[in-house]
Amino acid sequence: MTTLLALTAALLFGIGTYLVLQHTLSRILIGLAFLSHGANVLLMGSGRRGRPPLIGSGSPDLFADPLAQAFALTAIVITFGVSGLLLALSYRSWILTGRDEVEDDVADRAIARGGQPDKEVADEEAWHHDATIDRDRTPQDTQPAGPG
Amino acid sequence: MTALVPVPIILPLLGAAVSILVGRSRTAQRAIGITILTAVTVVSIALLVAVDRDGPLATQAGGWAAPLGITLVADRLTTIMLTIGSVMLLSVLVYAIGQPGAERNHVGFQSVYLILAAGVAASFLTGDLFNLFVSFEVMLTASYVLLTIGGGREQVRSGMTYVVISLLASALFIAALALIYAATGTVNMADLSAKMNELPSGLRSGFAVLLVVVFGIKAGLFPLFFWLPDSYPTAPSAVTAVFAGLLTKVGVYAIIRTQTLFFDDTTRPATLLLVIAAATMLIGVLGAIAQDDVKRILSFHIVSQIGYMVFGLALFTVAGVAAAIFYIVHHIIVKTTLFLAGGLIEHVGGSSRLSRLGGMITTAPAIAVVFIVPALSLAGIPPLSGFVTKFAIIDAGLVADEYILVGISLLVSLLTLFSMMKIWSGVFWNPKTDPVAIEAGDTAHSRPVLMVVPTVVLVILSLAVAVAAGPLVELSERAAGDLLDRRAYLEAVLP
Repeated sequence: MTTLLALTAALLFGIGTYLVLQHTLSRILIGLAFLSHGANVLLMGSGRRGRPPLIGSGSPDLFADPLAQAFALTAIVITFGVSGLLLALSYRSWILTGRDEVEDDVADRAIARGGQPDKEVADEEAWHHDATIDRDRTPQDTQPAGPG
Repeated sequence: MTALVPVPIILPLLGAAVSILVGRSRTAQRAIGITILTAVTVVSIALLVAVDRDGPLATQAGGWAAPLGITLVADRLTTIMLTIGSVMLLSVLVYAIGQPGAERNHVGFQSVYLILAAGVAASFLTGDLFNLFVSFEVMLTASYVLLTIGGGREQVRSGMTYVVISLLASALFIAALALIYAATGTVNMADLSAKMNELPSGLRSGFAVLLVVVFGIKAGLFPLFFWLPDSYPTAPSAVTAVFAGLLTKVGVYAIIRTQTLFFDDTTRPATLLLVIAAATMLIGVLGAIAQDDVKRILSFHIVSQIGYMVFGLALFTVAGVAAAIFYIVHHIIVKTTLFLAGGLIEHVGGSSRLSRLGGMITTAPAIAVVFIVPALSLAGIPPLSGFVTKFAIIDAGLVADEYILVGISLLVSLLTLFSMMKIWSGVFWNPKTDPVAIEAGDTAHSRPVLMVVPTVVLVILSLAVAVAAGPLVELSERAAGDLLDRRAYLEAVLP
């Protein structure tokens, strides 16, 4: 049983890692959900197995470890809340940019391109980004899409 | 005195609740925020004095005895961090009130800020590894909201990175917790300290490295820091200041606490930490040199400075750990001040890009003064606090024969100075190159008294650190002695 739980956790971690490495926000979100599920399964597997821990239902020695379950429950609630926030953020990002992709950092790109301190081009580009909330890709915007 | 231990967590949470209830009145919200944080500061100082005199205090929340219940422990390191943290939170709150923007326009700012304060305090006080996870999440969730408050395009972009990387770190933390709990059957830190010794040494080393990775993401260690200089600069400057000063240092605190409490000399990844420290210092400062934006330069310096703290810790001697603690105190004050000064530059100059600023030595000489003092202090110029703390670290490094790292830290100091001078000449000395740059607008006419006062107070505080270096070093040495000796901590939690 423990081996099965460990394998499940490993599978979830694997899928999660693959999805988090994608370039699309929605996939990253699902990947994070998989990763935290994997962690929670691992948490469930960390305690002793046994009967339901109810007072008066038998000897406490046969009980499952309730602490591990309490941990998992807490972790699930926290992950749920943060995932909700992340969904709201990615929706906001879609509203603002019209794309479901992770964007590059404007300042990073400017430095990677030139290395000169004064980068008015980058500024105008940033300004252009801010001013036009269009759903079309301008040639300047086009970035190589990630695999998938 | 034990009754005071949970106060720094409970008070801000209560304040946050009340602050939501009186959401219609910004004045009432501000009064609550400032009162609560002042009270927390007073309580933290009282705890620091008491703990330094009588040894660690521990209390069990919920009434269950130590290995099962939720333990809160205040020892010297905890109370030092609490005191300095609450002073920063209070000063930055005053600054945020004076600054047009985030605090004025958002009903939730004050309550979220107080929740952040509660999360930070809980991370310092907790004596339970799972509770540390929960405290981190409280702190991080509040920080997600503060970072993206306003919902601008840049904020959402960098906020996504920040939330995703934090969530990833949290998943790793849960996995580490699960493995540690499965191996030892406890998550109480004092209990773990004893039970960890029963494990095979390979497993212990594995846990030690796993915990370094988990907290290293939050602390911004090389190679896990890439999210930091990207996400911090987009937030309102008051928010960035408190993030820069406190949040990464909570990660460093967690590294110090777990490495000293759980592991002994044979299993601590000392060499790994030394290499990480060197890389963090160097890469951070080189990244800073390439940047063109005041806030981004300062953000890269956070990374670089974290390296010094890890260097001190990685020596695992009383002098080294004491130097790391003293360095954290200095760094929190100086870094917060620099970001507040950066906010003032942006407020008066209308931009934070070096290419658009200039000549502020004549237009705003006061800002030049409040910037140059912490900037020189960060670089370690005597007689400022940075010199004393860097001297302590380098001295500890020389005693431990780590000459390469000493050399690197001296080089990084020089590069830090270079990069600070880049800001200095770009913002203050050079004449303004672009006459049609962004207009400062109405901000030039407003009088940001509430922004200037906390900045000046923090500058004076950083000078005070240099003046009171003797007693502070002794306090740090006592704190480091506690950390490496552990007995007082264990006795307080498990009598």
